[in-house]
Amino acid sequence: MSLLDKVRALLGRDAVLEGPASGEIPRVAPPTPDAVALLLGTAHEEGWRVRVEGTGSWLPPDAPADLTLTTRRLDRVTAVEPQDLVATAEAGIGWDALRQQLADRGAWLALDPPGIAGRSLGSVVATGTAGPLRAGFGPVRDHLLGVTFVTGDGRIIQGGGRVMKNVAGYDLTRLQAGAFGAFGVIVLVHLRLRALPRADETLVLEGPAEELLAAADEIRAAELAPAALELLSPALARRERWVLAARLVGSPAAVAAEEGDLRGVAGGRFAPLRAEEAHAFWSRAAEAFALRPVTFRVGGLPEGGEELLDLVRHQLSDEWVSAAPGVGSIRWAGEASAERLRRLRRTLAGQEVPLTLERAPWALRSAVGHFGAYREGVGPLVAGLRHTFDPKGTLVAAVEGDE
Amino acid sequence: MDSSLASALAGLVGERHVRAAHAERLAYAMDGLPTHHSLPGLAVLPGTRDEVVAVVRLLADLEVPFVPRGAGTGLSGGALADHAAVLLVLTRLNRILKIDVANRLAVVEPGVVNARLSAAAAPHRLHYAPDPSSQTACTLGGNVAENAGGPHCLKYGVTTSHILALEVVRADGSVVNLGSPGGEPWGPDLVGVFVGSEGNFGVATRITVRLVPLPRAVRTLLADFSSLRAAGEAVSAIIGAGLVPAALEMMDRSCIQAVEDSVYAAGYPRDAAAVLLVELDGRSEAAVDEEARQAASLLSAQGARHVRQAADAKEREKLWQGRKKAFGAMGRLSRDLVVQDAVVPRSSLPDVLESIAAIAARYDLVVSNVFHAGDGNLHPNISFDARDPETVDRVEHASAEIMATCIAAGGTITGEHGVGLDKLRYMPLVFDGDSLAAMHAVRRVFDPDERVNPGKVIPVHACREWAGVRNAEFGMRNVRSRVDSAFHIPHSALDV
Repeated sequence: MSLLDKVRALLGRDAVLEGPASGEIPRVAPPTPDAVALLLGTAHEEGWRVRVEGTGSWLPPDAPADLTLTTRRLDRVTAVEPQDLVATAEAGIGWDALRQQLADRGAWLALDPPGIAGRSLGSVVATGTAGPLRAGFGPVRDHLLGVTFVTGDGRIIQGGGRVMKNVAGYDLTRLQAGAFGAFGVIVLVHLRLRALPRADETLVLEGPAEELLAAADEIRAAELAPAALELLSPALARRERWVLAARLVGSPAAVAAEEGDLRGVAGGRFAPLRAEEAHAFWSRAAEAFALRPVTFRVGGLPEGGEELLDLVRHQLSDEWVSAAPGVGSIRWAGEASAERLRRLRRTLAGQEVPLTLERAPWALRSAVGHFGAYREGVGPLVAGLRHTFDPKGTLVAAVEGDE
Repeated sequence: MDSSLASALAGLVGERHVRAAHAERLAYAMDGLPTHHSLPGLAVLPGTRDEVVAVVRLLADLEVPFVPRGAGTGLSGGALADHAAVLLVLTRLNRILKIDVANRLAVVEPGVVNARLSAAAAPHRLHYAPDPSSQTACTLGGNVAENAGGPHCLKYGVTTSHILALEVVRADGSVVNLGSPGGEPWGPDLVGVFVGSEGNFGVATRITVRLVPLPRAVRTLLADFSSLRAAGEAVSAIIGAGLVPAALEMMDRSCIQAVEDSVYAAGYPRDAAAVLLVELDGRSEAAVDEEARQAASLLSAQGARHVRQAADAKEREKLWQGRKKAFGAMGRLSRDLVVQDAVVPRSSLPDVLESIAAIAARYDLVVSNVFHAGDGNLHPNISFDARDPETVDRVEHASAEIMATCIAAGGTITGEHGVGLDKLRYMPLVFDGDSLAAMHAVRRVFDPDERVNPGKVIPVHACREWAGVRNAEFGMRNVRSRVDSAFHIPHSALDV
């Protein structure tokens, strides 16, 4: 019995999305978490290698495997509790669909990940890719109350729960967030929400990067804390010059006060965008990161952010760069060779700054890995965890690369 | 315990920092929870990171289990060691190594007391946001181990959101650095999984924490209600309206009266069924004023009899002192106090509070509630006399029923105090055998011999076999294990 026949026998004919053309591998879309567990349990026993995708818009579907497991049929929002500001959604739901369903109930997930609007929730969690709102609302992991995931040998594991605070057992939720699928397939996510902000303003300032960084320093020194404060390269902002964009969200009174203070900084040159302009501005910048072959993030400190940006600009290029000066992080997209990435990573490691490869063709990510070489003592821990959650290496994930 | 071990340890840390005498060890027989006690074989107090490494290596060579401990203010029996284990007391590692104002972070040793760090950061207009009620005594190492919370975690997040990097000594004495100063995980988020692991993954010897600017504008409101239900509904109304208070705390009548009878009297109205303490903060006076007005109007609309705003910092401090010292004030009610900890969805607070009151009445116990209402994080406190075995039995039964009630409401068994010993028996009520087994397997990655804080967090008997044969049936979901305890768990709790 062929792999395809076995999968159809296990999950039904509908679960296989299309008949594989020559050279392509079957794409299987299990309709429930239990079906994911059944498929992975079988893959574990049969020795099949499985690559995982959501809607297929972030990581290219090019990892060598025997089949693709897509979570796209796990696309239900199973609970929204606006009174409690929590929701539960399956991992395959598209970001835009999730956002709309939450907004219909007056709730908001304060994350604006890079990528196209239809990117899956599970992909955002698995890659830990927060966007500019990280400045005000924290990284992806801070928005998670719990996850349910399936291990490489087909066990369904629950981490966390669906309440605001939870220290029952170890925090497997944080372990899954940003692990790039190395520890299992995320199938269900319990989310911490905010009320849909009553005021949401974006102001922009254009100029040379150095001047804008100085303005960002002033903003920070004044203890202003915009929900997002992002420096975007001209290509990314689709403007002539670099742009410093500040997003203010909250009550009308708080946003008005912040806007007044912000205009007091940098000589009052900050200009507000109309709501639809602001929406287009942030969406375009987010989507741009899914258009280039390679995307990575580096996580430094606010002080020294300018040097970090210079380093990235000079070692690679400065066409597609977005930096959060208040956080100290930079996201870069473009074309880069393994050698250049390795060199940059080595330089950054010397400054205690990690470089996480977020998106790249398989040849590159298998060469340099999402994380690259670990610091002393970390490698055995990650290897131990990998073995714990995926004893036979069923799930194809290039976490370390071949360094 | 073998006296040669005491000598060997004394050789590493100095004789006066090894406590072997019975009377000395008695000081470590309990943490903040009076229902569990255990005398450690020895207590050792290293003074530096290198001494910690040396002690841990020696214990590894001799295969002796050990339990890291901070100030011992924990409320789950998590920092207790038995006669076969060494207690590794970290209170002498109490140096603040760095306050980096420009990057708003600090590097501290694990024995630094929580409030001391905020005090040290205050001249720079910064503070460490998580503020457990024990913050004047508890240590940051303990906060990391328990993923501690506190009133202001409603807005600012619990400990795990404030830990950027850790230096960890593993059970074999090896030292590993997790995370990075900017908070970006270096690989998978091992800082995230270490925080809240209750000492099972090793000893944090250096902790890099995030500091947050002190708010420029603060408004504190006290609202009193004639029913618990109305107070509970007011909590939902505030959160549902999109306000994000810095803190939103509730105290019931029993708690109010204990506080008002004590030296911590804060001026809470004695005849109220419940009070809410609501704090709003931010950068702009005008904006915070506006939010305070909105909160006050919501509180009134939900039936608050009075809403009072603290006139100045002194009055605010007094209102908070009553709240933070409420556990101490309850010492007036009885000889012993069990501080319970559970979390429920905020909207179920009114129902759950009524259920707790009914359980208290059924077991003829005094239960006082003082808790983080904005997070749905309950602290029902049971006052009792531990000398009377029959009362202790009733306390245990009532605690189990309260836990079952919270789980049935969609909640969990601990929000900030940890599992320790006390909540072990409830773990199978919230996690199935596979999930417990996964946690146990993760623990063994960090500590293969299970020598650090043995016997805590994971009820090993309830774990499904991890490396063995899987259940072949479709779905592979596990039937929840029965709880291995004498306590009565209502059947409904097993169906959640």
